[in-house]
Amino acid sequence: MNITKEQLKHIANLSNLSFNDEELEKYLVDMTGIVDFVNQLNEINTDDVEITTSILGEYNIFREDEIKESFDRELLIQNAPDSQDGMFKIPRVIE
Amino acid sequence: MDYEVVIGLEVHAELATKTKIYCGCSTEFGGDPNTHCCPVCTGMPGALPVLNKKVVEYAVKAGLAMNCEIARDSKQDRKNYFYPDLPKAYQISQFDMPLCENGHVEIEVDGQKKNIGITRIHIEEDAGKLNHDQYGGGALVDLNRACVPLIEIVSEPDIRSAEEAKAYVEKLKSILEYLEVSDCKMQEGSLRADVNLSIRKKGETKFGTRTETKNLNSFRSIVRAIEFEIERQIEAVENGEEIYQETRRWDDDRGIGYAMRTKENADDYRYFPEPDLSLIKLSEDYINNLKDNLPEMPDSRKARYVSELGLPEYDATIITASKKMADFFEGALTVCSNAKSISNWLMGDFTRLLGEKEMEIENVPFSAQDLGELVNLIDSGKISSAIAKKVFEEMFESGKQPKVIVEEKGLVQISDEGAIKEIVLKVLENNPQSIADFKAGKDKALGFLVGQAMKESRGKANPQMLNKMFLEELNK
Repeated sequence: MNITKEQLKHIANLSNLSFNDEELEKYLVDMTGIVDFVNQLNEINTDDVEITTSILGEYNIFREDEIKESFDRELLIQNAPDSQDGMFKIPRVIE
Repeated sequence: MDYEVVIGLEVHAELATKTKIYCGCSTEFGGDPNTHCCPVCTGMPGALPVLNKKVVEYAVKAGLAMNCEIARDSKQDRKNYFYPDLPKAYQISQFDMPLCENGHVEIEVDGQKKNIGITRIHIEEDAGKLNHDQYGGGALVDLNRACVPLIEIVSEPDIRSAEEAKAYVEKLKSILEYLEVSDCKMQEGSLRADVNLSIRKKGETKFGTRTETKNLNSFRSIVRAIEFEIERQIEAVENGEEIYQETRRWDDDRGIGYAMRTKENADDYRYFPEPDLSLIKLSEDYINNLKDNLPEMPDSRKARYVSELGLPEYDATIITASKKMADFFEGALTVCSNAKSISNWLMGDFTRLLGEKEMEIENVPFSAQDLGELVNLIDSGKISSAIAKKVFEEMFESGKQPKVIVEEKGLVQISDEGAIKEIVLKVLENNPQSIADFKAGKDKALGFLVGQAMKESRGKANPQMLNKMFLEELNK
């Protein structure tokens, strides 16, 4: 199955990535290979198989609604490239 | 040309749990930035979420109260998108197996009752808050609200006007408050709505193209945003323009809605099952137990107030709209049986003073029983209604019991015949013209004399007794 350039651009956009034309050509080939690989699954007959909603097979793992001490703020923001007034500082958000 | 408006609402309500949905951090509003945070809710790599049991319970309660079918098997999914208030770059939500589906609530507009369908209710996590930096031009991210549990209640496109939308959200708010699963403080953003709206020519069965106006957090802005969007779409259609399916924002200060950049409108969230969380399986016992223990809902209380207490339907609707108001009403009834009078106080001076002081009911400095006692003081003739108003204002100021205020300020009504007679005679002596007027058939003069006597007694004389005494004297 062939991936179109438009589809690839859309996926790149969703992933916050941008590619030049040369890269686009290269990834077009790679992506087609990946999708073909996964497409093999479609050859298997799954008529009698229940839809897999979890691979863990576990259910109802809950915690009680009890407050635990939060982390020290300085620890949480120490890896942030920039911070101010105890908050993560980020570039301007355009809407 | 006549148009029909088609509206569906997505309402987000923060759940009143003590801790966040996937970690033990506090959900308390208003803490210092990033002080209710840990590796889970800040999206640190490798941190694992564990679902808060109470979130499931609260969502199921909401579903039961809104007549939904409760899923025996449910799962959580990742909704992927980039935005700086979403630290993991995905929101854990529910996609194809929500906890609750196919419910409805009843609303009433202009005396007309109508069911609004509820498509689904699912659980999800809230995002953080962006504080726009006035100086640097950037933004500052506070993740205290990230991971606070929400339910999203999605309605069917059954709503046909701004009034119906308002009544619907009011209904949801009151149900959630009665269940005590959300505090629904709109000014704190714990209840907010997205409006999906389209128009079509009357009689048309196909839906028009819809727009979505996001994040409305007051009844006023919901109504205004809807009215604006209806007008905008009708004008576009009349001018032969096309309506685009788009996400819009509402600017409440300027009173206008506007479309967000189209690039952000490309909804493609690539949902997939959340691998870090287990499935949710609910037993019949669990669901039945919650169902059997649901508190009384507003409609049922309203019916009870009308049939058992004889309150007018209008009063009962207003009193039961808020659970806190209804609880206050019932608190006052424990010491006083005059339901109508308590209701009048609550709908009148109580509501007015709450508004003037921008106060919530739970912060009122006196108890519901104190209000009941105040009504008792009036009914037993101890104080007049005029004095009671002053006492009530004083209760709001000092929180003192009405009896104490009446004694301290010497406000006890004068019902002693001798004292009343003294006042009446004095007023008559000073107002010979009024006596003449009365004798000439002007009944109004009596009202004037009683008013003068009330003034003379600084509001303390018993008005019924004054009336009687004046008539006796004048007819002598």
